[in-house]
Amino acid sequence: MSKWNEEFFIEKGLLLTAITSVIIIALIIIFIFKEGLPALESVGFFSFIFGMEWAPSNGQYGIFPMIIGSLGITALALLMAVPLGVLCSIFLAEIAPAPMRKILNPTIQTLAGIPSVVYGFFGLVLLVPFMRVHFGGTGFSMFTASLILTVMILPIIVSVSEDALRSIPLEYKEASLALGATHWQTIKNVIFPAAIPGIITSVILGMGRAVGETLAIIMVAGNVVQIPGSILDPVRALTSNIAIEMGYATGVHYNALFATGIVLVFMIIVLLIIANYFHYKKKVTIGGGYL
Amino acid sequence: MNLKYGVGLLVILIIIIAVFTWGTGSNHVKIEIAGSTSVQPVAEKLAAKYMEEHPNVRIDVMGGGSGLGIRSVSQGIIDIGTSSKELKSDEKQGLNNYTIGKEGIVVAVNLNNPVNNLTKSQLKDIFSGNITNWKEVGGPDAKINLVVREDGSGTRSAFEDLVMNKTKVKSDAIVQTSTESIKVAVKQDPYAIGYISLAHMTPDVKALVIDGVTPSIATIQDGSYKLQRPFLFLTKGEPEGPVKEFIDWCLGPEGQEIVTDEKIVPVS
Repeated sequence: MSKWNEEFFIEKGLLLTAITSVIIIALIIIFIFKEGLPALESVGFFSFIFGMEWAPSNGQYGIFPMIIGSLGITALALLMAVPLGVLCSIFLAEIAPAPMRKILNPTIQTLAGIPSVVYGFFGLVLLVPFMRVHFGGTGFSMFTASLILTVMILPIIVSVSEDALRSIPLEYKEASLALGATHWQTIKNVIFPAAIPGIITSVILGMGRAVGETLAIIMVAGNVVQIPGSILDPVRALTSNIAIEMGYATGVHYNALFATGIVLVFMIIVLLIIANYFHYKKKVTIGGGYL
Repeated sequence: MNLKYGVGLLVILIIIIAVFTWGTGSNHVKIEIAGSTSVQPVAEKLAAKYMEEHPNVRIDVMGGGSGLGIRSVSQGIIDIGTSSKELKSDEKQGLNNYTIGKEGIVVAVNLNNPVNNLTKSQLKDIFSGNITNWKEVGGPDAKINLVVREDGSGTRSAFEDLVMNKTKVKSDAIVQTSTESIKVAVKQDPYAIGYISLAHMTPDVKALVIDGVTPSIATIQDGSYKLQRPFLFLTKGEPEGPVKEFIDWCLGPEGQEIVTDEKIVPVS
């Protein structure tokens, strides 16, 4: 009887911890919708999403420039971080000798542990003046923000990709080498393709971090509500918009910030679905990998 | 459930009830303050210190904005309303106002910027985008980079009330969310211009002379420096009892010392 009891309680206990996170997410989404929907109703869904003017004091709530801003910063950051991170993980997993890995791995992990406000301040004090001197403008720009983000998401991409590359069964590598392929050919044609689902996961995680990052971006992106004409123009991200104005917002303005949150949640869900689709598609067609 | 838990629960229940009855005890005098979010921090400090010295007084400080402060005090909902702008004549009806301090807004530029003084109308033209090059105001031939605070910030609304006069600030001005980041931006960019409160002024940026008056505690106190706003306490009619005692204390040496500590220019 006691044996049965123990099994039962542990099973149910584990189930409970598992559904806790689901419940929390559900509660958050319900709350965001409850607070945000009134704004979507009063402003109108399309004029909210595609509106070009954000001037809460005049009752104008259009977040389109910020959607572009968020997507632009994220895309630029991924453009730089993915090649850098994936190549770095290949080096760490396949080429680097053990002592070097012992130094490199903790160094990269440290990057993940630095608080975002430190990145932001670093960007504000060093990167912004550098960009102003060398690229013109004010230095506050979409590009500056994406540079900071690149450094922030790099550790995620590197460590998750490295794990993916390492979990490829050794037999694959042995078989390839036994057939006479060189090390690079093995990496390029066997190990890397087999690890693609895991690498895509790393990109998804990096992207999630990039879209959600707030503080560092507030400090270097310039926070101007406009569709950037070039990557050197200042932009405002959706997350920044919420953080900047939440302290003062009342009434419709307050609801509009939650509606911004709704858009952000949907954006992340859509990005996740797209990324997951590629993740599974690759898994089937390549036929390799146990990820 | 066994007895042990039952007893534990009972004890907790008793404690909760005791806290509530004690907390809302009738021998406490309650003062409610609400209004300007700019005044809120200093009002909170004043309240905390005052409550320390007068344990029988409870002061609640809330935000909501100057408008709310003026409205609720004239409706008698709260005891003291706070405002960070001068009252219009129709708002003054039946209200007593006490200036507990003044805040100066400093227009800051880079130390290497040769421009030393501007008039208020030049300032307005610069921030609204009519003047976009420093050479138009006697500086080098370079684009003016505006740095402003976020919508809703007290310093921003003060600046807009005092300078912009309902004209919109140029929409592509860089937005920074704190005085510190405004200063960093101005410190690094020789062609930037921004505004901060006098209290946060440091020698690493240059304060512009406005309409021929240098911003300082003295020029703000005597009213000659125009970019300033008062921090007001408002009461409905003549204050009496504990409310009067509190306001008198704030205007007295102890209160004014706290006001100075909070980097606000004291009244005298």
